[in-house]
Amino acid sequence: MTALPDAHGPKRSWWRANQQRLTPWLFLAPGAFMFAVYVIYPIAASFQFSFYDWDGLSPKTWVGWGNYAELWGDRNFIISLKNNIIWLVLYMLAVPAGLGIAIFLNQTVTGIRIYKSLFFFPFVISQVVVGLMFTWFYAPNFGLFFKLTEWLTGTGTAVLANPEYATYGIIAAGLWPQIAYCMILYLTGLNNVAPDQIEAARLDGARGLKMLWYVVLPQLRPATFIAVVVTVIGALRSFDLVSIMTGGGPFGQTRVLSYYMYEKALSEYGYRMGYGAAIAVVLFLIMMVFITGFVWKMVRDERGR
Amino acid sequence: MFPRPIAQRSQAAQWSYAALLPIALILWLLPLLGIAMTSIKPASDLASGNYFGLPTHPAFENYWSVLFDFDLWRYIRNSFVVTIPTVIGAVALSCLTGFALGTYRFKGNLLIFFLFVAGNFVPFQILMVPVRDLTLRMGIYDTPQALILFHIAFQTGFCTLFMRNFIAALPRELIEAARVEGVAEWQIFWHIVLPLMKPAIAALSVLVFTFIWNDFFWATVLTTSADTRPVTAGLSSLNGQWVAAWHLVSAGSIVAALPPVAMFFLMQKHFIAGLTLGAVK
Amino acid sequence: MLRNPIITGLALSAALLGATSAIAQQRVLVFNTDTSDPAPKAAFEQLIADFEAENPDIDVQVNLFDHEGYKTAIRNFLTADSPDLANWYAGNRMKPFVDAGQFMDVSDVWSDNGLNEKLASAESAMTIDGKQWGVPYTYYQWGVYYNKSVYDQVGAKVPETYDQFVENCKLFKDAGIDCLTTGTSQMWPAAGLFDYFDLRTNGYDFHMQLTNGEIPWTDERVRNTFAAWNKLVEPGYITANAAAIDWQDAAALLSQGKAANYVMGNFAVATFKDGGLTDETLGFFPFPTINPDVARAEDAPTDTVHIPAGAKNPEDAKKFLAFLARADTQTKLNEALGQLPVNNESTVNQDDPFLSQGFTMLSEASGLAQFFDRDAPAEMAASGMEGFQEFMAYPDNLDDILNRLESDRQRIYK
Repeated sequence: MTALPDAHGPKRSWWRANQQRLTPWLFLAPGAFMFAVYVIYPIAASFQFSFYDWDGLSPKTWVGWGNYAELWGDRNFIISLKNNIIWLVLYMLAVPAGLGIAIFLNQTVTGIRIYKSLFFFPFVISQVVVGLMFTWFYAPNFGLFFKLTEWLTGTGTAVLANPEYATYGIIAAGLWPQIAYCMILYLTGLNNVAPDQIEAARLDGARGLKMLWYVVLPQLRPATFIAVVVTVIGALRSFDLVSIMTGGGPFGQTRVLSYYMYEKALSEYGYRMGYGAAIAVVLFLIMMVFITGFVWKMVRDERGR
Repeated sequence: MFPRPIAQRSQAAQWSYAALLPIALILWLLPLLGIAMTSIKPASDLASGNYFGLPTHPAFENYWSVLFDFDLWRYIRNSFVVTIPTVIGAVALSCLTGFALGTYRFKGNLLIFFLFVAGNFVPFQILMVPVRDLTLRMGIYDTPQALILFHIAFQTGFCTLFMRNFIAALPRELIEAARVEGVAEWQIFWHIVLPLMKPAIAALSVLVFTFIWNDFFWATVLTTSADTRPVTAGLSSLNGQWVAAWHLVSAGSIVAALPPVAMFFLMQKHFIAGLTLGAVK
Repeated sequence: MLRNPIITGLALSAALLGATSAIAQQRVLVFNTDTSDPAPKAAFEQLIADFEAENPDIDVQVNLFDHEGYKTAIRNFLTADSPDLANWYAGNRMKPFVDAGQFMDVSDVWSDNGLNEKLASAESAMTIDGKQWGVPYTYYQWGVYYNKSVYDQVGAKVPETYDQFVENCKLFKDAGIDCLTTGTSQMWPAAGLFDYFDLRTNGYDFHMQLTNGEIPWTDERVRNTFAAWNKLVEPGYITANAAAIDWQDAAALLSQGKAANYVMGNFAVATFKDGGLTDETLGFFPFPTINPDVARAEDAPTDTVHIPAGAKNPEDAKKFLAFLARADTQTKLNEALGQLPVNNESTVNQDDPFLSQGFTMLSEASGLAQFFDRDAPAEMAASGMEGFQEFMAYPDNLDDILNRLESDRQRIYK
């Protein structure tokens, strides 16, 4: 590193006096500008749009709370909301399942590194591809899953044609990469568990589940936190899989808010931008509950440092 | 170590573990294996009902067909056109913001930092209508720039979180020493901090590459034509043409998944380092 | 356009990111089209080559869109980056664009070229507020396509009436064959079924009033329509799990002899033939009579080309529309498409049994409907088709479905 000799002009010295104060703002400016234009402003704009009726072609008309009032009686909105809750609850299975696989793989036999990467593999694949894979897997008449149920029960189950099972079928597809994600978080966490504490606990006679619960899990808390955060976000963002696998069908029973919003605002039979924005606002507020919780915990950790 | 290393257990336990590993892996990757197998089946196999058996002959022409007869190569190219500038842009911007938030103490530091963090969790849908509108008004709808600009802006949230934590963990003495010597602030960034950030830059690049490559939502919202659509959206439209042609769907899926997979296997260490940041403190 | 400084700045950086606008030729016509399926794609390539041969100074640039994706894309490119020509559909489907001033009035092309006579059958479907907003170039019939070998196999006769059709279904069911197949994962094939059950039960005028929102969905006559439909649903004569099957997958079932009949548009003939059927083994008959007192009307969706209001080269675009409306152009184009020309001076390929049958059928029809999702407004079409899809899986939910459609009707047609 080189320290350049300074020229001592009067301007220079003003800058020198203030540069510590000004530099962070200069460094922040480009990123903050982009972020403000593409994230902060659109959030505000969506709130505003949600009070209008707008087809994207003609001028907007003010409808006040009209869109929200309509949401209240919209059966499809209720279905989407219900499915979002199912997603949230079932998606959480990714956390213990990821932990289970991580514990299973946390060994030092030969070739284990390759096993770990291959188990992690589904996370790298695009959800579009995951969706196509599972559509094939569930396909009526020739899908592997259909054949399997046919062989077991005599009649095949076409998961994605069945309004009761379809959402669960999609969630299963979503869990596949999500479990892989949680697994890798826990594998890294397990790597950093203090060996002396484990040994000490072992000497005290702790083993198996007891050891996991009282000694290991407390040390894995940071990994668990991140796993929960990414899983909640993933569950509420579920758009790709629904779009690829069912398009919300059969008869709208697999809609989730993120998909329904797109459908209302931009799809072939939609183009109600204001109504779509109102759905997005509801989704945002739900997400806000979680975001506030996460950020609050992070702020606390930050202050505690 | 938890669980107890298998080497300390009985011979039988070791053997059953060795046997269980590959079985578990095959079950885990079953959908993927099925697709891989289907992708090299000739169309005649599927027509004659050979859905699960081995292909009668490996039909690698399926790959040729999706790439060139159906122009999947164009969508792949589009994906690169969007992904590479985004990676550069997002990483560059977040080096700056991360440095600002990680080295300086000033009023509003934490507030700005958590604004970036929170923005990163926001559902895309709340941004959709305004961003689409903005893009139309800027006259870049259905161009790679539309996606690049948005992705850079949005990824800056995640990348800033990452970079800031990385920089905050660097030894402060280095920076203080340089200041005492009178080194200008931007030079501290350029000559002292940036070289130390190489591992973070590598990790972020790999991660952002994968995120952007796999993006489907924005690709459908901001692009429409075959000349600009990235491969995820392209695959979804081709899927409409390939109904009942699962050998093509499979081959197309595998081709579309390949670049991030290659990236992952080549840069595995960085990838996992990036992903698990914060999981271990 | 770029009044906002933030937007200007962003646009600038966008330009810096490498907007590569090649130096274009003097006269370019940009044509956005959804003709991505193989047969229409080839037909349009030929059409454009012919046009360019006649007008060597015009270069037509085609942006090809996926057929389904196009329906979303058109909204965006009309407001953002207008082409000079765009494909679309007649009837209620073009109304939002006309109302929003996104399509150009092309009445002059009609009057200058005598299209009011030559395209008379489609004039009403192209007219809003007394003006014409595009040029129709093709339509096609809907009806029942059937596998002749399967009919022979069980000894069924081509039905005239719906009762005969249902009788046949028993024979097919006993032979383990789906009497009627359909794939409603994209929903519109279900709308084709509804159209015909309603047109045959209640007639053209009623159907139009219903799609215009003038009749409650809970009306007894609507129930009659579903009662007729239920004669196929309840006994399980329709392919199971239709909601997860694409229409092409269902077409494959017909080609393979696993299904006997398919209510479809004539565009599906190419798909049936790809699946191995020929003019000898594939048959067509008009949807059978349900109520003999009702005059027969048919579904005949019309495809059109429009000039967006933001077109940069409207002069040459109008030249193209005039070319497209010409009898010889439509003859040649429709021969390649395997569909029917709208221009009444065009000729129909008599060697194609489906086209000649369709031509006769449509010329004898008492009325031509566009199609449920083109006759009804978009939102009503969407919830209607969802209801039809559900009805085929759960006929017992009918009351619930109709109540829902009725409350949607009251909201949508305010």
